[in-house]
Amino acid sequence: MRISRRILAGLATASLAVTATSCGGGGTSGSFDDTVTVGILHSLSGTMAISESTLVDTEKMAIEEINAAGGVTVGGKSYKIEYIVEDGASDWPTFAEKSKKLIDQDGVPVVFGGWTSASRKAMLPVYESKDAFLYYPIQYEAQECSNNIFYTGATPNQQSEPATDFMYKRSPAAGGDFFLVGSDYVFPRTSNTITKAQVKQLGGKVVGEDYLPLGNTEVAPIISKIKKALPEGGIIINTLNGDQNVAFFKQIQDAGITPSSGYYVMNYSIAEEEISTIGPEFLEGHYGAWNYMMSIDTPASKKFAASFKKRWGADRVVADPQESAYNMVYLWKQAVEDAGTFDDNAVREALVGQKFDAPQGPVEVMPNHHLSQTVRIGEINAEGGFTILEETGVVLPQAWNQKHPSSKGFACDWTDPSKGEKYKL
Amino acid sequence: MELLLDSLFNGVAIGSVLLVAALGLAIVFGLMGVINLAHGELMMLGAYTTYVTQLIFKLPILKPFYNSYIIVSIFLAFIVSGVVGILLEKTIIRKLYGSPLETLLATWGVSLILQQFVRSVPLAYGTGLVISLLIGLFLPTTFPSKIKESINFKYFKFSSWIFASLTGVLTGSVISSSVSKLSRASARNVDVTAPSWMRGQVEIIGTAFPKTRLMIIVITLISVIAITLFLNQSAWGMRIRAVTQNRQMSDCLGISTEKVDIITFGIGSGLAGVAGVAVSLLGSVGPNVGGNYIVGCFMVVVLGGVGNLLGTVLASFGIGIMTDLIGAGRLLSIWPDMPLPLSNTINFFATTSMARVMIFALIVIFLQFKPTGLFPQKGRMVEN
Repeated sequence: MRISRRILAGLATASLAVTATSCGGGGTSGSFDDTVTVGILHSLSGTMAISESTLVDTEKMAIEEINAAGGVTVGGKSYKIEYIVEDGASDWPTFAEKSKKLIDQDGVPVVFGGWTSASRKAMLPVYESKDAFLYYPIQYEAQECSNNIFYTGATPNQQSEPATDFMYKRSPAAGGDFFLVGSDYVFPRTSNTITKAQVKQLGGKVVGEDYLPLGNTEVAPIISKIKKALPEGGIIINTLNGDQNVAFFKQIQDAGITPSSGYYVMNYSIAEEEISTIGPEFLEGHYGAWNYMMSIDTPASKKFAASFKKRWGADRVVADPQESAYNMVYLWKQAVEDAGTFDDNAVREALVGQKFDAPQGPVEVMPNHHLSQTVRIGEINAEGGFTILEETGVVLPQAWNQKHPSSKGFACDWTDPSKGEKYKL
Repeated sequence: MELLLDSLFNGVAIGSVLLVAALGLAIVFGLMGVINLAHGELMMLGAYTTYVTQLIFKLPILKPFYNSYIIVSIFLAFIVSGVVGILLEKTIIRKLYGSPLETLLATWGVSLILQQFVRSVPLAYGTGLVISLLIGLFLPTTFPSKIKESINFKYFKFSSWIFASLTGVLTGSVISSSVSKLSRASARNVDVTAPSWMRGQVEIIGTAFPKTRLMIIVITLISVIAITLFLNQSAWGMRIRAVTQNRQMSDCLGISTEKVDIITFGIGSGLAGVAGVAVSLLGSVGPNVGGNYIVGCFMVVVLGGVGNLLGTVLASFGIGIMTDLIGAGRLLSIWPDMPLPLSNTINFFATTSMARVMIFALIVIFLQFKPTGLFPQKGRMVEN
């Protein structure tokens, strides 16, 4: 078996880490032949820490589960997974810097990391130039397809498109006009461009659109615009981020923009974690769209939620981003075992086509490095969870959105050298 | 008419949030000239005080009074932020009067410390610490003057600090054991829910107004009136104004400038706490909540004219009304068939982001012509 230099370096640091400070995870066990060290890179400080630390918890749990089940078996040898956690500090250049450190200094074969699109865009050139691997677990705006990144979150056609369809055709506000609200950065703007194109196709009307600068919580002008544009109620598509949702929902409720008066908000960034922060009393009756929801009534989903609560505390919740993070660790493990090596190119090839029985149901890695997933529409209930109303079959991911004017008619396929990142269909 | 009323109300509502946040800074920065970058974090402490008060009022003994917790928390927030402000003045800012750059850096450091403090210390013990500070700082001042002048006063002071820390630890552990949400540190944002009587809307002359907004306007009005009366009618207010205008002369005439500084800074910080209560009604409460307001506060104070409360009031309402006029595209509804190029321009700026850009641009242009703001300080100031 060919062992790359990176692995050797990784092993060296891993053993060093174990003997020196044990910054790796889990208890020790004598039954492994060797160890392999992976990188975990999320924000543990700064504004994103609240969200991203839940992913670190989930990834640690997945690694512990794999180790407890005998680790990774590569070429007949069993490897215990160790991890090095680095802090991206909610600062995008730091993500790139720490990626370099993990790849060059620690020699990890894979990095699980990122949350915001800005952090991914900052890391992308690092992984491409070093031909290393990043697994990125968040639902995002797509319009990207790197040979060195695997995306396990939803693309817009796996979240916003089915959601818009539901709102226009089957929600209580069906046939109504749309108003789009978002935070002022790349995800909401791209997502709304797609939504606008889709609403036009459906024959509906977008009567207004507004973006709140990040950090701003003054919603009064937006409320007056919504009232002017939708005097009799209608559909609001919300892509606000983090805390801004709290300000938005508190203030629209006070202003009488509620489900009982005919206003229904579809949210793309509010999962169980956020519902408990905002307060279900402000969100009840509005909607969300995700691949995974904690209320999915299957043994796999229940087991996932139960093990997370057991590991990190009974009051913790699991949500879609965590499920994606959990899946990507398992998918990597399967691919490495199939490839029989930690070598990058072999793992990349082995990963496409990997299937996994995820908490959300079966997922499969597609040639465009994204996952096929199930989409669910849920209504937020008083208990702070989703009542699942609709469930699609498995939806294939579109790295290049087919409704966005700039990417219509393009696709991505890394298994065919003649196609690659962006080819015309 | 209805449109005008709605627009005016929105403008006043946005303006009053700015005003209540900037009022404390108008005193600390405007009157004392201290560039306090930790002002936003003093607001944050006020917001967290509201949250803690809310949870404590959910305890069985206080449950019957739950609806009034928001009123209680206004006073508590004033005290909490005021005490922290006084400590800040006594330990750091006092040594840095007259050196604005160092003050700026030091207070920025303090703001980072305070943010990290609420992230990593359980709120129950944070409350205990504030109570210790309160007792430790104020108990010695209540001693009879005979003890104060005695040579052993430092021992009395020392023992009162011991008493204070014990009380603090005790309160901390009592709260921690009775309210589980306060017993663990968390960087997660928390939520203040207004009592039911403050939620929903009231109808005035055919237009519906959100009650929380009205409440914030009332809090702002009361704060402005109280602070104006204090500065203009009370003996301490007169001393503060005297020290502001001429420190050396006031010192020579027997005014304790040290005491005046503490009181001024304490009141300014306390008002930041009150502002914290107000903003907790609008959004979520988290370590970064203050940072969102600090730029706006400085903008209002500079635009109004440093050292002038009336200027701050007019500047806040001015910015508030402009934000609503531009951000909600009001001119279009007043004059629906204006020429196309003009209406396109207005539409372009009628988003929250662009309205902000526009307002900053207007302020910059305004300050080109009147660099000292709307109401510059009249008369001769003694240069430091």
